[in-house]
Amino acid sequence: MSELIKTVDLKKYFRISKTEQLHAVDGVNLSIDAGKTLGVVGESGCGKSTLGRTVLGLQPATGGQILFEGKDLTKLSASERKKYTKEMQIIFQDPYSSLNPRMSVFQLIAEPLQMHRVYKTKGELLDRVLYLMEKVGLDLRFINAYPHEMDGGRRQRVGIARALALNPKFIVCDEPVSALDVSIQAQIINLLMDMQEEMGLTYMFITHDLSVVRHMSDEIMVMYLGQCVEKAPAKELFAKPMHPYTQALLAAIPQPVLGAEMNREVIRGEVSNPINPKPGCRFATRCKYCTEACTKADLPLKDVGEGHQVACVLYN
Amino acid sequence: MENSKKVLEVKNLSAVYNTEAGVVKAVNDISFTIHEKETLGLVGETGAGKTTTALSIMQLLPEKTGEIKKGSSIMYNGDELIGKSQAEMRLIRGACISMIFQDPMTALNPLMTVGEQIYESLDIHNVNNKSKQELEARVDELLELVGIPAKRKINYPHEFSGGMKQRIVIAIALACEPLLLIADEPTTALDVTIQAQVLNLMRELKEKLSTSMIMITHDLGVVAQTCDKVAVMYAGEIVEYGRIEDIFDREKPHHPYTIGLFDAIPSLVGESTRLKPIDGLMPDPANLPTGCHFNPRCKQCTEGCKKDGEMYIYRDGEHMIRCNLMKGEGK
Repeated sequence: MSELIKTVDLKKYFRISKTEQLHAVDGVNLSIDAGKTLGVVGESGCGKSTLGRTVLGLQPATGGQILFEGKDLTKLSASERKKYTKEMQIIFQDPYSSLNPRMSVFQLIAEPLQMHRVYKTKGELLDRVLYLMEKVGLDLRFINAYPHEMDGGRRQRVGIARALALNPKFIVCDEPVSALDVSIQAQIINLLMDMQEEMGLTYMFITHDLSVVRHMSDEIMVMYLGQCVEKAPAKELFAKPMHPYTQALLAAIPQPVLGAEMNREVIRGEVSNPINPKPGCRFATRCKYCTEACTKADLPLKDVGEGHQVACVLYN
Repeated sequence: MENSKKVLEVKNLSAVYNTEAGVVKAVNDISFTIHEKETLGLVGETGAGKTTTALSIMQLLPEKTGEIKKGSSIMYNGDELIGKSQAEMRLIRGACISMIFQDPMTALNPLMTVGEQIYESLDIHNVNNKSKQELEARVDELLELVGIPAKRKINYPHEFSGGMKQRIVIAIALACEPLLLIADEPTTALDVTIQAQVLNLMRELKEKLSTSMIMITHDLGVVAQTCDKVAVMYAGEIVEYGRIEDIFDREKPHHPYTIGLFDAIPSLVGESTRLKPIDGLMPDPANLPTGCHFNPRCKQCTEGCKKDGEMYIYRDGEHMIRCNLMKGEGK
């Protein structure tokens, strides 16, 4: 398996005043093998969407490296970078606001192809759009429809067709199913998995829904306030969650089974803002195992075997 | 439980929206009963008619377009709500039946402090003519009850996080100790850890104040943890109804839609297999299919299912399924 994308100590800070900086992504190392899926989970405000956008170059990184097939994207000029935008695409969360309401399905799907001047004739372009619509399971009668004429599931199919148009290698899926009903959600998840198998796509799957991420991913990364607190193969993470935050997150999911009483140990408090964060574990204020050692220094991810990495003093 | 008092009895409720595009049949002939201290879960996808049911009970359907059909009956504590004037309803809303809305970000007035908003509800329903000081003390008490320090009552909604705003909405809803609380997707907009906190809080408060509840949700996990009874809604109808033990027991007979809903959720345990989505889409409520409304999406659909006419209704105690396939299963 070859590594397709990798980040080294990736940072994205937002300046919010002269003295304050919000550390949205703070030193994330990840690597995804070609054809695999990395799930990124965490609560709102943990920096998972910012991570996805920074990896794609939709916003410049504050520090660190993004290596795509070994090439550092942060060092490229805008025109050099454009070559790589073809290879890297994104599917957005909300199919209601991510599509231009004044463009038809044909225009929406053709837009990326026209941007990159892939086809010379209109006929070729139309063929490609029709092919893509069929691929993602959109009835061809919708070709002249506008987004408001379609339901959420169909709109998300348009979003997927747009992302697939340029035959990318890598797609960031930013909560692609969280705005959809369960029965439609299952249709879209199956579609994404079929596409991956057929086209050998590599996904970074960002979500807050742990059951979806378990279903989709080969490896899962749990984020808390801009940092990765635990990383493990999907099965391993659910079987043996090690970080107290991961444990709490898993315990909080209501399961559709009777008698599976909700774990009463609900974590207190809420996610705060990583503005000028102090050193140490960022989960410490909510953690029941918190000791003095937790707030002394930043904790690196520690390998505990079987591809399982965790950043917590309990395992040092 | 059976002998306890009926708090709400909905009988043959039908509600429509008269729009330019035609008559939208949002709720079609549904009936259910809620006893004291019971929680009923209304489950279904977008457009199933869950929220319209809630708005009908509150008599809050949009004035110009919404209409409750003749023959419907909503009895609250032995009192018919349909036909009451707005002035009469205003005394009931908030005091006897109150509602928690889905999105705590938009349910609060951004220009009033949260203390004022809780005070407002107490002041409007101040039947015992309590003094201002007494009401203020009650505001403090309510905030503490939902886990927010009373000194924060001078803050505005934007100064709180999503979970805290939902706690404030809950405090307002419970201010007058209503007998019935309607929660419309109360945790959908929240993160799982915060959802767990809010659900725990609602469960505790329900015990403490012995309130009955209607929990509207599309999350079967939330239902499993909070409800005593479940009504599964599809295209404005209750297709399956029963005690929670009936609905979640996979050995018992179920409506194909209920089975589809369970199969569509990715599992947290066991091997992950390919998901089994329900094919197709929810029908257009202005143009419902004839016969069983679920028939275009149903894998076991027969010719009989497409014809209008009496649907077969399976009954086993309180368990009810509206499906022709259940012929021969019934008792």
